[in-house]
Amino acid sequence: MSGLTDPSSLWPPIWLTLKLATCSTILLLLIGTPIAWWLARTRARWREAIAAFVALPLVLPPTVLGFYLLIALGPVGPGGWLAGLAGARTLAFSFLGIVIGSVVYSLPFVVQPIRNSFESSGDRPLEVAATLGATPWDAFWSVAVPLARPGFITGAVLGFAHTVGEFGVVLMIGGNIPGETKVLSIAVYELVETLRWTEAHLLAGGMLVFSFAVILSMMVLQKRMGSGGA
Amino acid sequence: MLDSDSIEAAFRGQLGTFRLDVEFVAPLRGITALFGPSGCGKTTILRCLAGLRRMPGRLSVSGKTWQDDSSDVFLHPHQRSVGYVFQEPSLFPHLSVRDNLMYGWLRSSRAGSHPALDFSEVVELMGLASLLDRSPSALSGGERQRVAIARALLAQPRLLLMDEPLAGLDQVAKEEILLYIETLHEKLSVPVLYVSHDLREVARLADSMIVLSAGRKVCDGPVQEILERLDLDPGDGEFEAGVILEARVSAHDPEFRMTRLDHHGQRIVIPGIDLAVGEYIRLRIRARDVALAVAKPSAISVRNILEGTVLDAAQDPDTAFAEVLVDVGGGRLRARITREALQDLGLVAGSPVYALIKSISFDRPVIGRVARDT
Repeated sequence: MSGLTDPSSLWPPIWLTLKLATCSTILLLLIGTPIAWWLARTRARWREAIAAFVALPLVLPPTVLGFYLLIALGPVGPGGWLAGLAGARTLAFSFLGIVIGSVVYSLPFVVQPIRNSFESSGDRPLEVAATLGATPWDAFWSVAVPLARPGFITGAVLGFAHTVGEFGVVLMIGGNIPGETKVLSIAVYELVETLRWTEAHLLAGGMLVFSFAVILSMMVLQKRMGSGGA
Repeated sequence: MLDSDSIEAAFRGQLGTFRLDVEFVAPLRGITALFGPSGCGKTTILRCLAGLRRMPGRLSVSGKTWQDDSSDVFLHPHQRSVGYVFQEPSLFPHLSVRDNLMYGWLRSSRAGSHPALDFSEVVELMGLASLLDRSPSALSGGERQRVAIARALLAQPRLLLMDEPLAGLDQVAKEEILLYIETLHEKLSVPVLYVSHDLREVARLADSMIVLSAGRKVCDGPVQEILERLDLDPGDGEFEAGVILEARVSAHDPEFRMTRLDHHGQRIVIPGIDLAVGEYIRLRIRARDVALAVAKPSAISVRNILEGTVLDAAQDPDTAFAEVLVDVGGGRLRARITREALQDLGLVAGSPVYALIKSISFDRPVIGRVARDT
């Protein structure tokens, strides 16, 4: 207990985690929305195959997903090729790398609720919008998105929270580079490994409170929107 | 032939086990009913007209091609100037009544179409002024459908399509909406295609009609003419033969609660209605409510005795019945009597005859107001 370090050293992993979760959530919404829209609207036969592919991270062990991502982001994968354009050797063990990993890992948590919302509002509102002169793009923004608002809120909150709580994938592809890939969950792991229990308690307790607050507010929000006649 | 004032449509195609094969020309004015039993393809045709469904065929409205498969033309719904009133009001739940109404209004004015309809005029006509700031969830079924009709009108459509807009409503709301649709018909010039399987609605509202059965057109023409035709049998039990007469309100009798009407000089008495003297109304008279006599009866409870001439008498040899078409000086009546009676009375084309109609057979739903310029 005597080797207590300055508590301000706990902040960088927290800031990094929030930055990672924010970037990932924005990307998740940008990528997840068109996928959810396509899954909700298409009549293509291989729709469910795509849906299953998107849902894979739900069942795959993070180490398996992390392993494939490591290869994909590494020097011989497409990630390495991309990194080469920017003059680097690999995307693994970088902030951008863990953002990509988080997006893949959390995608089903964002796509599923948005897809459900799109599906539950049905074709009719879009047909009405079309007969009232709205182009498909216009109808998407003025009708489909507002009607699917509960799905977007659920998706965004789940995506954010899931990214914050992620450990295995980051460990596989990010390693433990302070300020770059050393996120909160990794920091807790490291603190426990090095027997720095006080700091571990602070971080773990904070996570506990944060997670509880997220889940509670989601439930309250959903209940309110469900009864508010949305 | 492209008529600038009509809808010309032809659709041919298979939908599961259902085959649609229709071709029609409908006037682009007044109310045209697409009439037929459930499952005859009425709604499918309406959806094809709006572009919500694509079936092989062609369609032109007021000389403008909306669909032509031979030259691969297909306008999407938002490119067609149609208003569509669905069976369920389908209001946008995330928008207030006002914003629902503004939705099509803003988009049509942005498209630069000259606003033929004034926003506040339509709100006034449909009685929506006090509902504007409400949410659709706070409206009754009838109010929602009124908003839906106004919303479709405010998109400034060249053609308004209505798909059984009264189907989901109770009798009171139905009656209310019917009055509003009659008002629209009277005050606005937007042509309407109205899908219905209820002949009373059609008789009351429509100017012309297209009768459909099993995906095919049976016949079309002005409502009066179609309803007079003796051979018309769309093959469903709901259809009851009858005709429509137009008559002018000539007096009210408050003591007995009766209203007197004038039909080309002949008097018709019906249970009292609330219309000013001088207004025209439409009466639907079912063939089975009309009896015939060769001499003018006196001392009889039947109030309406119309003088006429037999135009045609059709016997149905498989049944006990015959139908007689009678000219009553302007309009025509159909009478359903027994073949035996026909023979006893010796009625043939040209026979003078008296048509007897009990006043009580004019129940409220078969009466409709008529817009006239006089």
